[in-house]
This record gives sequence, structure tokens and C-alpha cells, in this order.
Amino acid sequence: MNCFYRAFTELELPLDKTAFVGGIGCSSRIPLYINSDALHTTHGRAIAFATGLKLAKPELKIVVFTGDGDLGAIGGNHFINGCRRNVDMTVICINNNIYGMTGGQASITTPHEYQSTTTPYGNKEYPFDLAEIAVAAGANYVARWTTRNVHELTRSMKSALQKKGFTFVEVVSQCPTNFGRRNKMGDPSQMLEWFKESSVRRDKSRTAAVDHVDLNLEGKITIGEFVDRNRECYEELIGVGKHG
Amino acid sequence: MKIAPGEYFLQGNEACVEGALASGVKFFAGYPITPSTEIAEGLSRKLKGADGVFLQMEDEIACISAVIGASWGGVKSMTATSGPGFSLMQEAIGYAAMSETPIVVVNVMRGGPSTGQPTRASQGDVMQTKYGSHGDYQVIAFAPASVQEMFDLTVECFNYSEKYRVPGFLLSDAEIGHMRGLLKIPDNIKIIDRKEKGMKRPDEAYDVPDELVRPFPVFGKGHKTMITGMTHTDTSKIEPEDVKVHQELVKRLSEKVLRNRKDINKWELMCPGSKTMVVSYGSASLGAKEVAAKDDRVGLLRLKSLWPFPEEPVAEVARNCNQILVSEMNLGMLYWEIKRVALENGCKKVELLSKIGGDPPTPSEFRHKLREMGAI
Repeated sequence: MNCFYRAFTELELPLDKTAFVGGIGCSSRIPLYINSDALHTTHGRAIAFATGLKLAKPELKIVVFTGDGDLGAIGGNHFINGCRRNVDMTVICINNNIYGMTGGQASITTPHEYQSTTTPYGNKEYPFDLAEIAVAAGANYVARWTTRNVHELTRSMKSALQKKGFTFVEVVSQCPTNFGRRNKMGDPSQMLEWFKESSVRRDKSRTAAVDHVDLNLEGKITIGEFVDRNRECYEELIGVGKHG
Repeated sequence: MKIAPGEYFLQGNEACVEGALASGVKFFAGYPITPSTEIAEGLSRKLKGADGVFLQMEDEIACISAVIGASWGGVKSMTATSGPGFSLMQEAIGYAAMSETPIVVVNVMRGGPSTGQPTRASQGDVMQTKYGSHGDYQVIAFAPASVQEMFDLTVECFNYSEKYRVPGFLLSDAEIGHMRGLLKIPDNIKIIDRKEKGMKRPDEAYDVPDELVRPFPVFGKGHKTMITGMTHTDTSKIEPEDVKVHQELVKRLSEKVLRNRKDINKWELMCPGSKTMVVSYGSASLGAKEVAAKDDRVGLLRLKSLWPFPEEPVAEVARNCNQILVSEMNLGMLYWEIKRVALENGCKKVELLSKIGGDPPTPSEFRHKLREMGAI
């Protein structure tokens, strides 16, 4: 949130012309903490709500706050199609690798063999790579950072906010209470250490997307800017805001 | 483009499209599903010329979510679907009720449960409309029985949804949606727009006190609106643990609809003095209309609105007749509501002519049942 405020303030964006949309979960409540127009919606559907709002009122800037469960699990279809449709909005996913609000159940980004209240024998499933999904599905801008990378994260948020089309920033974040505690990282600083050890710069690592996905499956966190392109956004394609 | 006043020969679903455009719809999100698809197709052609947006979404959940989002952008918005899609929409229908978002959902009903009969008519979603989402809430629902009413009641759906800030439903079916017939577009159509926060507009539509239906704070106008599906105060502060806040909110959501039942409910009455009255709606009423037109021993109360349940006309009919025949294209849904009101008002005999499978009950099937009841 701090990085976002910094990015938002440095860009001098008007709060009155910005609407924040969230789904359900720890991160999705952020819109309610910002003194602006906020739509706190149902679980997983924030991008769909935001799509309607943006097309009905194109002059609004739309920022969606979501989490790994909200975006990647229950809202996975809306996420993929949101990237594909490329409606102008910035989606910030705070990925804490766990369902924190309900007390620490495994999520679609919980790394393989990690503990949660629903994976007492270790997580047998493998995690989703949300950023790579966004790239493959057609988002205009995709970046992933951990909460350690404060400056890079702020810079990416600024890039995302300035760019037209569907922009996606994934923030790998710590939940010491419900994730760390069960995985020998009860102290928040231990989680930041874990981020440091597991992070691999995307631009310095292998180039093929499949390799990056493999790294994610191994429990590594690829960080950096994943894509920065200028596909025409949906509003431009259908001519919204041009007539009437 | 809105249709010009005059006479047209149209399909029911096409008449619904024209009704929506006449109401000023500016946003439609849909997903293909039989037998409602013509509504999406029609609006995909016509919304562009009406300065609106048509969107085909990835599923029905996304459709209704986008429709709610668009409504908060300040425009009239709608979707159209049928049974399976309607089931998917239930989660967001509860959200629209809780967040008091005016939206219109057209359900061209087909045979269920599950995939059922995609091309055949049914009235199986009547209770789902009112009880499909979790928690206590009220909705407004209309049931057209002709091409003309597909137009007229689409307009009413928008009007009452806007006026009371509730989800409005048009419960059509495959028969009415695909029927072709005459549509008369009058010169003047009464249109109600939501009362926007910060706008003074004296209008007869706004005879509802603000305490019951609060002025609508459109996004992007500096209201700093916070909209949530959680229990919230009047200032949109979330208070999920506060017993009193929850009680006041949920009761108001119901009261704003129930207290205005007389304003919302619409019906048609034929031969009101008859000793035997048929109570029906939509396709199921067509056969009874033909019987009542020729035989004054049988009357018909045709409900044009189903929710809030039209207690008053049913009670009035029950007080003045000896027996009631309810006709529905399901195994008995609204029957129980009608029976409850009839018994409360002294009519002891309430029977059901139920028909599923897709064909509406014919006049001869009505006569057969009425003979059994000793009515004719």
C-alpha cells in the first residue's frame, strides 16, 4: 500500500477520478482503506465488476486490488479474460501464498510441499505462476516483485498506472501469521530473507517462458518486468468515449 | 437507436431489446444461451448507435458483475440469460440487493433442472428469482405474456429497478421470447431514472422517502462512495459484527420493496365476479385467457408481476370466488403463495394445473380440469 500511495502521489493522479475495486480477502479490502470511490465486490469477480465500471465511465482510472486466492483461484477465468480483453485498468495482486483471512489454508500459489491448515502433510500440488499467465493471456504490462523490492515495486506501479490497457503487478508478500508460522518463518524478517534467497531476476535468468514457469514450480520467485507492450486497449477498439 | 412510435411485427426477444433501448439502456453484458440469445444479438447490433456498450463476457458471473459495475458508473445496465446462466448469477444478485444497485436481468426461462430443455419453455425459475441467493432480500419481477408485454414490462423493470434501487427481473420463457406478434410503440413512454445523489429533480417517481431509498452516489463525482456487499452503515462503514446495523440494513432492504407493493404490482383481471377464478401468469395463462373470454363462469387473474408477491389482487379474488385454479409450467411454485393468500381470505379450494415439458396448457386442458372441479 505504501508503494502504491507513493507511486500514485508521485504521478499526481486525482483521487476523485479514480475508482478502486476489490474482491474478497485481506488484500481486496484495500479499496475500503482509501478515501475515494470504492467498489468492494464478491469473491473473485473484481475484474469483471471493474470492466463494467470502466466501460460505463471511461474517464475513471480503475485500480483493482486482489490476492492470490481471489485472482488466481476463484477469479482465474476473469483474470485470464481480463488480460485478453485488455480493458484499461491496473490490477495489483498481493500474493501471500495463503488464504490468510480464513486462517491459513493452501492457495494456488502455495509452494510445493509447504505447510498450511489444509495441507498438513505438505502441499502436493504445484503453484500457479500468475505473472506468466498474465503475459501469455495478453496483458500490456506485467511485473512481479517481492515486498523487499520497495523501489522497483514503486517504479513498476508507476509504469502500470501510466500505461493504457490491462496492467498487472504481482507483489509477493509475507503473511507471517498464517504462512510463515507454519513454515518455520514466524518472524517477518525470516520471510523477507526467504524472498531474498528464492528471488531470481527474470531478465537475468533463462529467456523461454517455460523455463520461468519451471523456476516457479521449483519454488523460486522470478522477479522483474515481464512484459511491456502496447496492444490497443478494448475501449479504443470499440470507440468508447469517442462518441457522445 | 430507439425504435420510432408505430406498429411492428417482432419476436418477443426483439421486443425486449426495443424496450431496453426505449428505457435508455447503455450497457449490456451477455453470454450466449438458448433461448435468450436474440436479446444479446439485438443489443450487440443496436447499442453502438445508442451510445452504449455491448460486451460478451467469459461467463454469466462475469456478465452480471460487469452489469453491476456499469450501474455504479451511472448508466442503466442489463443482462439476459436462461436457467443455467441464471443459477450462476445468483451470487451477484445478492450483491446487487445488498449494495442496492439498479440492474435488469432478463431470464427467458427454459426447462430445468440442469441443462434440461434448452429450447422449451418453463416457469421453473420463479422461486429462484426471489430465494436463489443467500440471505433475506426482496426483488422486483415481471412476467410478460405477449410480445407487447416483452416491451412494456422491460420498461417497467428498468423503471422500478431504478426507482427502488433493486435488481429487476423480466421472467419470460421460451414461448413468449420466441413468439412473433404485434408490437405497438406509443408516442410517450414513461421512463424513470434513478435519483442521483446531489441532484435535485422533483419528479413524481421520487415519492419514496430518502430514508427508505437513498439517492444514488455515482462514481467519479467526488462522493467518495464506498460500496460493499458486507453489512454496512448508511455511510458505507463496514460493520459485520454489529447486530443493530445488520438488522436495520436488511430490514430496510426488504421494506423498501414490500411497503411499495401496491405501486409495483401489475395484473389483468377478466370476469372478476366468476365463482371459479384461474390465477396464472406468462405462457401458462394463455389457454385460460381463451377459456375465460368465452365462458363467464370462469374468470382469470393474470399476474404481470410476481415479486413482491401481489397479495392484494389475489386476496380480492379469493374473497369473491368459491374456488381457484392455479396454472403454472412447473410442478407448483407460486401455487403455494397463492394458496396461502387464498386460504387467509376464505377461499377453501385451491387446485393446481401443472404442466412441464415445454408446451403451455391448452384451452381444452383447462376445460378438462375445470370440469373436474365442477366449474363448467
